[in-house]
Formats: sequence, C-alpha cells, structure tokens
Amino acid sequence: MSTAEAHAVGPQETVVAPPRGWRAFDFGELWGHRDLVYFLTKRELQIRYRQSFFGIGWAVLQPITLTFIFALFFGKLVNLDTSIPYAVFAVAGLVPWLFTAQAVTNCANSLVKDAELISKVYFPRLAVPLALSLSLIVDLGFALVVLLVMTLLYDVSIASTFYLVPAFLLLGVFTTFALGTLFAAINVKYRDVQLVVPMLVQIMFFITPVIYPTSLVVTGDWRYLYALNPLTSVLEGLRWALFDTAYPGTGVIAISVASAVVLALLALWYFRRTEQFFADLI
Amino acid sequence: MSREIAVRVEGLGKRFQIGAAQGYQLLTEKITERVRSRARKPPSRDFWALRDVSFEVERGETFGIIGHNGAGKSTLLKILSRITPPTEGGARLRGRVGALLEVGTGFHPELTGRENVFLNGAILNMKRREIQAKFDEIVEFADIGPFLDTPVKRYSSGMQMRLAFSVAAHLEPEVLLIDEVLSVGDLAFQEKCLGRMESATEEGRTVIFISHNLASVRGLCDRAILLSSGRVTAAGGVDEVVDAYVGDIMGESEQELGDRENRVGDGRLRYTDLRLEREGQVIDSPATGKDFEVVAGFETRDGNPLRNVNFGVSITAQGEDKPMISAYSETAGTVFKQVPARGEIRCLIKRCPLPAGQYFIDVWSDIHQQMLDALSHASDLTIGGGDFYGSGREVIGHRTVLVDQRWSLDEIDADGDRRAVVAQDPVEVN
Repeated sequence: MSTAEAHAVGPQETVVAPPRGWRAFDFGELWGHRDLVYFLTKRELQIRYRQSFFGIGWAVLQPITLTFIFALFFGKLVNLDTSIPYAVFAVAGLVPWLFTAQAVTNCANSLVKDAELISKVYFPRLAVPLALSLSLIVDLGFALVVLLVMTLLYDVSIASTFYLVPAFLLLGVFTTFALGTLFAAINVKYRDVQLVVPMLVQIMFFITPVIYPTSLVVTGDWRYLYALNPLTSVLEGLRWALFDTAYPGTGVIAISVASAVVLALLALWYFRRTEQFFADLI
Repeated sequence: MSREIAVRVEGLGKRFQIGAAQGYQLLTEKITERVRSRARKPPSRDFWALRDVSFEVERGETFGIIGHNGAGKSTLLKILSRITPPTEGGARLRGRVGALLEVGTGFHPELTGRENVFLNGAILNMKRREIQAKFDEIVEFADIGPFLDTPVKRYSSGMQMRLAFSVAAHLEPEVLLIDEVLSVGDLAFQEKCLGRMESATEEGRTVIFISHNLASVRGLCDRAILLSSGRVTAAGGVDEVVDAYVGDIMGESEQELGDRENRVGDGRLRYTDLRLEREGQVIDSPATGKDFEVVAGFETRDGNPLRNVNFGVSITAQGEDKPMISAYSETAGTVFKQVPARGEIRCLIKRCPLPAGQYFIDVWSDIHQQMLDALSHASDLTIGGGDFYGSGREVIGHRTVLVDQRWSLDEIDADGDRRAVVAQDPVEVN
C-alpha cells in the first residue's frame, strides 16, 4: 500500500507525487548512487588529510595521547583490575570509542554542512552521513595500527579468538552509523541538536566501559540492562576476542545486537520520513 | 512521427506555511512551546507557491518556464528534480533525468580541478566511468590550461565558472532541467554552452528551461508557460507567452506593495507603493543618462511618527543577485530625524548609469540596523537606452555601471618630456 513519493519506475520513468504513508527504505536507489558515495567519501579524506598539518598523524595522535593520560591517572592512581596492562586495556577501548564519538558528532552536522548540495541537487540523502562514516573508518584503520603497536610494546599475547574482532568492530560501526544518521536527520529540523550531541557523547563516554571494565560498575543481572548500550558489547567483546579478558556473555551480546538493530531501524525510519523535506528546511 | 510525451505534469501544487514553523527550529523552543501549552502560537497561514500547474512536454522539445521572481519557477523545477516533494498533484518524467539548478554545486575550494570534475560529475549523477570517458573533453571545453591539478581556490572566478559549466554541459540525460544558470559567466562562454544545449535537443533530448533572459527563451524554446503567483497564466508558443509576460510587467509596475506578504522586518514602517518619476512626471522606464526618482509611499504601523529612519534602494540586473546600484540615505549623509506616520520617500538618481536592460528594485528601511521593512523585487525596472556619454555611442550589453570618464594621452619622448596628444576626433564629454 505504501506509495513512494518519488521513485524510479523501471529504468525509464520517474514519478513525482506527494508523500503518502510509510515507505520502505530504497536501498536500490542508494546503490545506484554508489559512485556519489565514493566521491563524497574521497572528498572527506582528501580535505581532512590535506588541510590538517598532521594528516594521518591526527588519527593516530589522539588515541595515543588519551591513552597516555588515562594510563597516568587510572593506571597509577586507581588500581583497576583489568587483567592486562592498563594502557593496552585503555587503548583497546579508546580506539573504537573515538571512532564512534567523532563519527556521531560529525554526522550530526553533516547534512546541515552540505545544505547547498541538498537544496540544489537530488540524491539519496543518506549518502552524506554514509560517506562521512566511511571516511572515518579509514581513520579507525590507522588507529587500529596504534592498538597493534601498543599490544606488541607491552608484550601482551593475542588470544586465539582474534578473528572475532571484525565482528565486534562491525557492530560498533553499525551502531555508530545508526546514531549518526538519526542525529543528522533531527538536526536538520532542530538546529540546536548539534549543541546537544557533544554533551550526549560525553555522557556516553562515562556510561560505556571505555576506560574501565564493566565489572567495575555493574554485576549480575544489571549487566543485561547495561547491554542495551550496544557499545558495551563492542568494547568488552573486542577486548575479550583480542586479549582473552572476561567474556561479556552471550546473553549480553545478543541484547546489544538486538538493541543496535532496533536503533538502526528507528534511525532509518525517521530519516526516511523526514528526508524528503530536508530541502525545505535546510 | 508520433508525438511522445517526455514530461507530464498534472495539477501540481506546493504549499508552505507562513508564520508557523518555517524552516528549521530549535528543539529547546519546541519543548518550551509544548510545556507552555497555552502559549500564543504565531498565526500560521497557508501559502501556495504553486497551484494547479499542468503541462506536457514532448520528447526532443525545449520548453521554457518564465515568470517573475517568486512566481514559483524554481519551486517547480525543484519538484520535478525531486529535491522537494509536491503537496498535491504529480508528474511523470520519461527517461534519465538530469537537473542543473546551479552550476558548480559541491565544488570544493581545497580540491583540485581534476578532483572537482569527478566530484561535481558524481553529484550531477554521472557515473564514474562516464566522467572518465568524457574527462578530456570536459577539460578541453573548460579551457583551464595547465591548472588542472591546482586547488580550485587558486582559480579566477571565471576559470571556476568555466570548469563548472563544462562538467554541466557534458551531462547527457534524456530530460534536462535547467534553472537560470546560463546567465552567469562570460558571454562568449555562455554562447558556447547554449550551442551545446541546442545540439543536444537535435539529438532528441528534452529540455525544460527557466530564465529571465527573454531573448534566450525566445531563441531556444519552442513552447513555454508563464507562471504568476504559482499558477499558469499563459501557455503555448514561446512568442505568445513571452508577449504575455511583457504585458504583465507593464501592468504590474504600479502593483500594491502594501499587500505583499513576502517581506522582512518588524513592520513598524511599511512600504505601500512604488513608482518612478522624472521631473514630477510618472514614467515607465528611465533612460540611460537621464535623472530619475524612485518614489516609495509608506505608512507607520501605529500611526505615530518614527525617529531616525534610514531608507535604501538598490537596483539589480535580472538574473543576478548582487545589486549594481545601492543607495542608502544614511551613507549619503541624509538623516531623517523625524519621519511622519504617512509619507513618500524619494531617491533621486542622477544621470542613470545603467545601460538598457531589465532590472529590478529592492527597497528597505531601518532604524539603527533594525530592519523595519524590506521588499526584495519590489518592482521590475526596464531601463530604456540612452547616450550616457553624449558621444553618440550607446553602451550596449548588460552588467556594467557607466561612470563619467575622461581620457587623455601623453607622449613621452627620449628626454622624458611629455606632451599631450590631441585626440583625433575630440568629443565633448560631460
């Protein structure tokens, strides 16, 4: 029953009509614009690595500096039971966390930043936050090298389950993209959301086990509630897969995955519902 | 040959709400609004930017859309290109659609010419392979020489424009939607682009074309529609429709400004009408080189006089967005300490420095930068030609302001002595 507001009927005909009812997300159309996504991603990378003095260094320097600071304060002052050297524990948390924090904050602004594009050209709007996220994955790649180097420096042995690392990273990227997309769409309509997002990210940082293990804050069945934040499983799972720290539990991981899927559906639904009016609002 | 419809538009309408949540908001505002449920909401009124617009375009035809600024032309094109949805009605476009609402959308100053060609091409929905295949042609057409790998921020604006145009000109959709883009850039290059467009229609491409430039509409289009306040008021052969538009311009020069909704300012003062005069006589079009006055009637909102009001008038060429002349009472050294509740403000422009052409007038007024009333496109303005320099030669061509000038030539000999060379054909210039 859902009538698309504007969709390509076959390769030949474009229909323009008022929006009506619920519309499924048109992944085919996004795929059709993959070259645009490619060049938008490339644009982000080119600009980021050309303008900044440090270039790639920036992607690497941030996790190193933060790890150093946290290792100094938490590793020395507070004696956390992390089963591996605290610096390695922290960097394994900070690397995926920094990706999430940066991607969510930047995605929230991404549509507004590309207002010119949105008001002058038609394309699936999801391409903008998608391209930005993809470009930050490149940064994540460099940061992962930092993680590897730190692991070798501290002589921490890598567990045999390391092949599961990409699965947890994927969950992280997925969650991040869902959050970023949602905030991006809301920010088009409510422009002060971009001021709220950094604060939310800050709060997220403290309630997510980035620089401390979950066991420090919750135990028992509370862990399942805690797992509603998908990043819990991303970080704990990643550390478990890589260093054989405490296993977060299959139940916890399942809850996180389900939570991430619900979040993504919500984000897509809201995005789809509002994207057609972006050009009127922006 | 059977006629085939490439674009069919039926009963298209687009509604905006004025007054209420227009454009973006602040979430905090929204929340406070909700909390104070009895809070007075600003009265919202519906405004139809387009209503009951229907037309058909045949395959291979070049179709023009003309009308005043704010008549809904751009909104129509945005709907057809799917940037914004219609409120009612619909359209069907057969074939691959390409839209050109602006040239160089997405050009990034930090990226090189080469990089921007690919990015801009992708934005205009060209495939990577397609851009690669046409790349050499695009670069050659743009004529930017050895600067291909230089960041675009180092380009002259002309070079940037040529490169952007060149990408756009190589767009090869079956249905091409173009907004007023050809009015920028230098004239020779414009003609080159128009030439490419014309050859495109011979290849069977359908073009829908918006322009203020009536000459290019006449030259390029077969048929056209005229939009006025969002409705189709004339449709048919291009000459007929252009004539209807010109008739419109004449009729509307004394339009009631007081009723216009599209204005900015706190409303403490409101312009009510606008006319042009020369030596106390109302005129339709001032002549180049002759004095004329812009006369604007106004009223204050509460019927009380205001203090220290500044008035402004600017004149912009049709199809441009930067004014060519901007007159402002305060900078001209005129301070109106006491402004009556009702009156007429006059701005005398001496020796009209604009060449013959189509322009429009914006008027505004403010008190200490606080806008009272501002009307963009308060009136169209046709400047009739004239001999500005008294040289017997009229300046033809748009977009230049004529200034009084005096030329002389000195000869400097081997000893460094200088001697004035008398012009061959001395002409007395004012």
